[in-house]
Amino acid sequence: MSKTNLTRRGVLQTGAVAGAGLALPTYLSAASHSGFTNAPGDSSVTLGFNVPQSGPYADEGADELRAYELAVEHLNGEGDGGMLPTFSSKALEGAGILGRKVEYVTGDTQTKSDAARASAKSMIEKDGAIMITGGSSSGVAVAVQALCQEAGVIFMAGLTHSNDTTGKDKKANGFRHFFNSYMSGAALAPILADNYGTDRKAYHLTADYNWGYTTEEAVRSSTEAMGWETVGQVLTPLTQTDFSSYITPVLQSDADVLVLNHYGGNMVNSLTNAVQFGLRDRVVNGKNFEIVVPLYSRLMARGAGANVKGIFGSTNWHWSLQDEGSKAFVKSFGTKYGFPPSQAAHTCYVQTLLYADAVQRAGSFAPCAVAEALEGFEFDGLGNGPTLYRAEDHQCFKDVLVVKGKENPTSEFDLLEIVEVTPVSQVTYAPDHPQFAGGSLGTCNNGA
Amino acid sequence: MDWFILQLLNGLDKGSAYALIALGLTLIFGTLGVVNFAHGALFMIGAFCAVTLSRLLSLSHQVVDETRTDFLGNPLKVDVPYAYDIFGETMGAAIIDWAVPLSILFAIPVMILIGVVMERGLIKHFYKRPHADQILVTFGLAIVLQEVIKYYYGANPIPTPAPSAFTGSFDFGAILGFEPGSIIYPYWRIIYFGFAAVIIGAVFAFLQFTTFGMVVRAGMADRETVGLLGINIDKRFTIMFGLAAAVAGLAGVMYTPINSPNYHMGMDFLVLSFVVVVVGGMGSLPGAVLAGFLLGILESFASMREVIDIIPGINQVIIYLVAIIILLTRPRGLMGRKGVMED
Repeated sequence: MSKTNLTRRGVLQTGAVAGAGLALPTYLSAASHSGFTNAPGDSSVTLGFNVPQSGPYADEGADELRAYELAVEHLNGEGDGGMLPTFSSKALEGAGILGRKVEYVTGDTQTKSDAARASAKSMIEKDGAIMITGGSSSGVAVAVQALCQEAGVIFMAGLTHSNDTTGKDKKANGFRHFFNSYMSGAALAPILADNYGTDRKAYHLTADYNWGYTTEEAVRSSTEAMGWETVGQVLTPLTQTDFSSYITPVLQSDADVLVLNHYGGNMVNSLTNAVQFGLRDRVVNGKNFEIVVPLYSRLMARGAGANVKGIFGSTNWHWSLQDEGSKAFVKSFGTKYGFPPSQAAHTCYVQTLLYADAVQRAGSFAPCAVAEALEGFEFDGLGNGPTLYRAEDHQCFKDVLVVKGKENPTSEFDLLEIVEVTPVSQVTYAPDHPQFAGGSLGTCNNGA
Repeated sequence: MDWFILQLLNGLDKGSAYALIALGLTLIFGTLGVVNFAHGALFMIGAFCAVTLSRLLSLSHQVVDETRTDFLGNPLKVDVPYAYDIFGETMGAAIIDWAVPLSILFAIPVMILIGVVMERGLIKHFYKRPHADQILVTFGLAIVLQEVIKYYYGANPIPTPAPSAFTGSFDFGAILGFEPGSIIYPYWRIIYFGFAAVIIGAVFAFLQFTTFGMVVRAGMADRETVGLLGINIDKRFTIMFGLAAAVAGLAGVMYTPINSPNYHMGMDFLVLSFVVVVVGGMGSLPGAVLAGFLLGILESFASMREVIDIIPGINQVIIYLVAIIILLTRPRGLMGRKGVMED
């Protein structure tokens, strides 16, 4: 049997030495980084563009990357300047950010949360990215946002529409320019009432994941508030490709509207199947049967082809908008790439400019200083009219577009027409709205 | 009753695709003893044969329309297919409209060639390797093929519609004495089911009533003895691989109007098709067809809201649940032969 000589004083002394030893590298590291993660040098600053370069949303990711490259070009004073001249804030002068040339690294999210976190982590730790932006999925956005919060860098979300991104999963270091499910419902409901009446019976097919749930909840509450009745709701697996067995029960119900809470390949397939089954030619309860797609994307509309004709949905932005900012962006993007930008490209371009502008106004790259500059920031000239980055949840509040599949498109890009620009007042909600309940921003993290 | 008929039709329709893919899978397994995880990719390549022919037929030159402008405000360049110039507008439009059925003729030689090259170039080197090696190499091949397709065609689904004559729905309700409009089913899905039945029948007839088929069946039963009789069974098995690839490819061609093809569609069917093969019995052709339709019908009924309300999530697991029950009660599957995958 061995005898141990542990004493209270001995343990305290050992602990103090070990603690000091462990703390020393952190202290030295923090000092060398000016108090925040990945402080840039005097000549350049690195941004991390984390987009799906493989997987089902690779085309959307490619469009995001084009927009980021364009934004970097404009920030560095190259090209035609894009939206810089139309942006209401005049802090940016095309001389980089705070005099540093903007450089970038890219990562592939694969539209998988773990892969997206790994690529973001690599860009932060290996490449020294001071800000992460991009993505085409709410699952990815929530995962990367949490990582950026822990790492102490700013996250400027790309395409993410779930309420949760700025609801229960919001973070102090994360910011979203894109609209959300609640806004889609609030914008769509009055248009649906005007066109289809207030006495309707809706059947929801909903993708079985976070975005699907929040979108269904938002559209249901908005349409029920104006008199619609929800007569059916079915969750469909995310991997489902043939929706026929989910469509046929709709034929058997007394529903006269089908709401497809689907995105991407799910939307393309469910809409195609619904049209194949003649739903749009049916008359139920004395009314023409209608289909609604709450979130439209031009890239997805291309996949569904002629099936989108006449179908209502909502979108964050569209290239046919005629404000000066949109026109400048479409001209710049179209001249460089030969086709108009998607809404994903637009939101990513705008997010990059907004980040750069916030750094410029704050006079610092420190995440907490940037966050402070973004919170409550009001701006215009970036394509959506007067916009507010609300301090309480880091969500942008701006006009929302209600669109409809075009009957006679002139090209493969000309698939949607704007039905109404819904004013921001109609889509604004209280920060503690039940659909956004739970979670808190927490405190900003500078990292280091 | 009308709901039952509708779900049954859905099940038969789903089962058609499962059966066609599983038929080729089990044919390859039965002849060559290879577990081919690249078979779903062959289904996907078949679909992209339709996309390719559709694009070839729609090849266009641009004509400037001064009366309209593009998104940058420049005069609009309108695409005019060469088919219009060659055959006249009406005939040219009809040819483009019929691109999917015409793709059958295009896909047969292409798929047989791909199948033969795949077998001779890669898979034959793995005949005597463990099944795990075969699965790894064919799965890797499937990923390579889908990435190649994605590189050239992009990641988004590509609409490839049926001829306009078949885009509507057929009213079964009016014929069967139900209320008109209560049982409607898309024409193309009915065609798909009929097409699958013809292909399945043709494969069985080929194996049953031709000398080639007889030798192949003999080879499946006892490869060594057939070889000792001086028959080059390897050559015939290579041709069978090409045939199985063509069956999967044709299933893909005809599937394109049902769902817009994308690079990932093969993977979506692959796992289910393997379950179908295992449930039907490894190497059993009738078993694959029977299990394909059985699981298609079960999946269809399990997707009904009334069923999901009672057992939430059953639509996502029904196939695997049934597979477990069948394999527990009949370890060789519905029609599996003794000795197959039991060494």
